[in-house]
Amino acid sequence: MRPINCVIEEIREETPSVRTFFFDASLDPKPGQYLMLWVRGTDEIPMSFSYPNGMTVQRVGDTTSALFDLGPGDSVGVRGPLGNGFTLGGERILLVGGGVGAAPLAFLGDVAKDSGVEITTLVGYRCGDDVLFEKRFRNMGNLVITTDDGSLGTCGRASSGLSCLDLEDYDQIYLCGPEVMMVDIIQRCKGFEDKIQASIERYMKCGMGLCGSCCLDPDGTRVCVEGPVIRADRLLNTEFGRYKRGPSGSKKYRA
Amino acid sequence: MPNPVMLAAGILGTTGASLRRAARSGVGCVVTKSLGPEPKAGYKGPTVVQVEGGLLNAMGLPNPSYRNFQEEIDVAREGGIPVVASIFGSCAEEFVEVAKGLNSDGFELNLSCPHAERYGAEIGCEGVNVEEITRAVKKSVQVPVWVKLTPNVTDIRVLGLAAQRGGADAVVAINTLKAMAIDVESGMPILGNRFGGLSGPAIKPVAVRCVYDLASVLEIPVIGVGGISTWEDAIEMILAGAQGVQIGTALKEGYDLFDSICGGVASYLDRKSLTLPEIRGMARRF
Repeated sequence: MRPINCVIEEIREETPSVRTFFFDASLDPKPGQYLMLWVRGTDEIPMSFSYPNGMTVQRVGDTTSALFDLGPGDSVGVRGPLGNGFTLGGERILLVGGGVGAAPLAFLGDVAKDSGVEITTLVGYRCGDDVLFEKRFRNMGNLVITTDDGSLGTCGRASSGLSCLDLEDYDQIYLCGPEVMMVDIIQRCKGFEDKIQASIERYMKCGMGLCGSCCLDPDGTRVCVEGPVIRADRLLNTEFGRYKRGPSGSKKYRA
Repeated sequence: MPNPVMLAAGILGTTGASLRRAARSGVGCVVTKSLGPEPKAGYKGPTVVQVEGGLLNAMGLPNPSYRNFQEEIDVAREGGIPVVASIFGSCAEEFVEVAKGLNSDGFELNLSCPHAERYGAEIGCEGVNVEEITRAVKKSVQVPVWVKLTPNVTDIRVLGLAAQRGGADAVVAINTLKAMAIDVESGMPILGNRFGGLSGPAIKPVAVRCVYDLASVLEIPVIGVGGISTWEDAIEMILAGAQGVQIGTALKEGYDLFDSICGGVASYLDRKSLTLPEIRGMARRF
């Protein structure tokens, strides 16, 4: 598809560096799907949906900075919804998020709650100022927050919050956050990998499974169309957690 | 090569793993993403736009350079079929440097990318450059050398003949057609690079004509590429004179496409009690 023109209707400041941008119409995505966001004059980047008509964005580079310069009434180009999205299953689910990775999980939680699923959420942030969607998650059910500096909730990484949960209790576990955090969580959920759905990030360009820049080693999974949600047992023994590729296709190893 | 269906350059060719996956999906040969002398990140996005009848792209020749690609070729070769390296440079010396730096089963010279400054069609639209570069690479390697041609010229046969004089083992036709798309809301060209190349069903009739013209004047094989998405398209290209065909844009439907095209070609030949050599160039008899 050509990028469609989406008008920004409302902008909500979530944290000092994170904003939610609401479009004037729903794009009818499934939770876990993404869009290719064209901020005219800069670049096109993949972004998860945090609402049917919205995305929650952290200011990290040129394109997100250009987006932050836009106001209500301005517009962006959008291709999507793209990718597979999460598969909702079972009666009790656990959402595990890190930082702005909480965004697609909050959308998933909203949808799950509407269908009567029991939801527990574990989210880790760097500090109290970074906490995102606290109310939204709390309204869904049980919420455990961790912060690296202990300024809110449990002190420590998201994984430190796992100790107060019994993984047997959950039919599905949904995971999204920085790669190092996701790897940590998966390693601590040994034996449960087949019920963890992880939303992962790779360098995406075409968003239609053609250019090959997002392919995972060693099986060539095209993250842009066969992902971005991939079951953790399928991530074991892949490049995930070890390296990813940059825009030229060269590998960048985890420091 | 018993199976005439190949993966075209630039499609799922960035990593060895994705090439190997294509190799195991029923193709006869895979071609890598184009590799150059230095790493390139490519253009800003959007790099791909869907338009009427196909796709418009300007990736900007992103590649990690030939120095960082041999391990990918080695992985791709585990697929058990020939791996052809698509290469580019700004002059004969650079082409030779890249070719000598890679161990592959063949080379496809990208003298046809329509949107790269100093590379591709900018040099490949002149017969004299095509001949010189082909000859230089041919002299420096022991494996087959194919030349991928641009259709953005008055007469593609001139380029084909130049490649043949330079010693090419085959020509590949066609690369994408110069094109652009403009965002109506902002008035801005959509592609980050403003201009790009059109691929997909819209360019198939152009490709068929180019293959027909080239096969009429060349002694070396012509490999047809451009908009093939069904077995009928593949047969049409072979009837025009193609020795083999490459599939690109249509792969957005998934890897299963290879099987359906190869299967369709086989049952067509079976139904007609004909062989590939017998139908090759059949359209030129009329």
